[in-house]
Amino acid sequence: MDTQIKDAPPPSPQPTVAEQKRAARGATRPGDRIFLGLSRGSGILLLVIMAAIAVFLTYRASIAISKDEANFFTAFEWNTQLIPPKFGIAVLAFGTIVSSIIAMALAVPIAVAIALFLTHYAPRRLRGPIAYVIDLLAAVPSIVYGLWGALILVPHMNGLYGWLDDYFGWTGIFSWQQGAPRSMLTVGILLAIMILPIITNVSREVFRQVPQMHEEAALALGATRWEVIRMAVIPFGRSGVISASMLGLGRALGETMAVATVLSPSFDIQASLLDPGGGTFAQNIASKFGEASELGRDALIASGLVLFVITLLVNGAARMIIARRKEYSGANA
Amino acid sequence: MAKRIDVSGLTAYYGSHKAIEDISMTVEPRSVTAFIGPSGCGKSTFLRTLNRMHEVTSGGRVEGKVLLDDEDLYGQGIDPVSVRREVGMVFQRPNPFPTMSIFDNVAAGLRLNGSYKKSELTDIVEKSLKGANLWNEVKDRLNKPGSGLSGGQQQRLCIARAIAVEPKVLLMDEPCSALDPISTLAIEDLIGELKERFTIVIVTHNMQQAARVSDRTAFFNLAAVGQPGKLIEIDETERIFSNPSVQATEDYISGRFG
Repeated sequence: MDTQIKDAPPPSPQPTVAEQKRAARGATRPGDRIFLGLSRGSGILLLVIMAAIAVFLTYRASIAISKDEANFFTAFEWNTQLIPPKFGIAVLAFGTIVSSIIAMALAVPIAVAIALFLTHYAPRRLRGPIAYVIDLLAAVPSIVYGLWGALILVPHMNGLYGWLDDYFGWTGIFSWQQGAPRSMLTVGILLAIMILPIITNVSREVFRQVPQMHEEAALALGATRWEVIRMAVIPFGRSGVISASMLGLGRALGETMAVATVLSPSFDIQASLLDPGGGTFAQNIASKFGEASELGRDALIASGLVLFVITLLVNGAARMIIARRKEYSGANA
Repeated sequence: MAKRIDVSGLTAYYGSHKAIEDISMTVEPRSVTAFIGPSGCGKSTFLRTLNRMHEVTSGGRVEGKVLLDDEDLYGQGIDPVSVRREVGMVFQRPNPFPTMSIFDNVAAGLRLNGSYKKSELTDIVEKSLKGANLWNEVKDRLNKPGSGLSGGQQQRLCIARAIAVEPKVLLMDEPCSALDPISTLAIEDLIGELKERFTIVIVTHNMQQAARVSDRTAFFNLAAVGQPGKLIEIDETERIFSNPSVQATEDYISGRFG
């Protein structure tokens, strides 16, 4: 005993809290320390970038908004050259939200159906090739979608527009003045095609991870294939499908080139989805930024800030929906 | 209500692999029959042929006859879905639907079979949970998720879900292998009560359990790995564990192999 004490460093009478903590943690190895540093650093870097973006947007936006003579949130005009300047985001917010809603309404059901087909109905040897084609669709650049939309989709929309006008024109939102179909509906359809692959792929991954035992539980109760999907697969994948949709919605809200090529923009709100006009945040920034004055740029940045906030709100809402059903999510099964 | 199972010449395949070969046996109504045997001998596969769950596995197919009273489960025009509504199943790992409440788990099978009034549903759920000896533990939290229960409670919830639809036969595939001894005892007691109403077939790796709960025991074995499993003998449980007629059975239950 005595020899051991002699070898040990002289113990301080009262170990400090820091020393106690260090002792409790035990020996750390260089690999652990390096990895801890790297991962912690990456986390901090992300927060710093987010903060930098937020600070930049807010600062430049506040300059513009302080000079704005019109109401920034409700004005239906964008005249930064006027003295005093007048601009507002009402039209842009309306167009962004409407085109995204159309895109989601079309894309989510189709994507979920494709994902279910690939995981539960398609013959095994078809699953790989179809999934590969969907991946390819996700890899097409948005400007290519935009060109395709402008050159192929727009000229072929007349039939659909006429049909909608004939049968649903009375609702007001589907009436058509025979203008070129460069309207919110066409934009929404194009966006739907663009966000379809990401929603399909993520949903497919989620549906694939439904444990076999839940599906067998349903089967053993005498469920048909569709009932198995309804009882076990869709509820289990629900939060994953919501996350997938949010990824798609994020892309739809921020899509620039495809919208800019297809839409024929104007600074007013069309009651009908079929009449050309309107605009979105991203499309408006892209088409005006090049020739904008100092103030014009700041005004565009202010509109970008609003898009940023809308995206944050949408993501937050989705997280709340997922969290509310957490105890039923299957994560604790 | 409970029905007799009469199996003759049953062979099951996974693709080209023959998993079990030429099995014939009779299971009496309102009795407990235990299947024992080494791993891979095909007892679970055989169990799954009794409610046509085997063919759910890709490549799974079956030859032979399974009569439920007088109806051939593999006869022409028989819908496997309706077979499974008559022959319920409890699995090795408790598998309540994680997205459903305790109440909805028990009601799941009923909702598939038709429309019930809310009050009827409440009655059946209560009766089934009582039948599974779970009512007292969950009656105050029927709207909580089933996945929040302990493993043993979850397994009894699965039993309640299976008996809620009043099946003719209840199949149990190693229902206690994921449970602690106390939960196991609760399930074994429950099996003793359920056999008053149902024909029960249970696969188990635990020979004491087979001896405790079953009236008859079937011993399955396979000649070698890759060979199909076969039924070696089926007899009164007492006889299997005291004086079996085949040497291999005696070797297995006395622990000399397997």
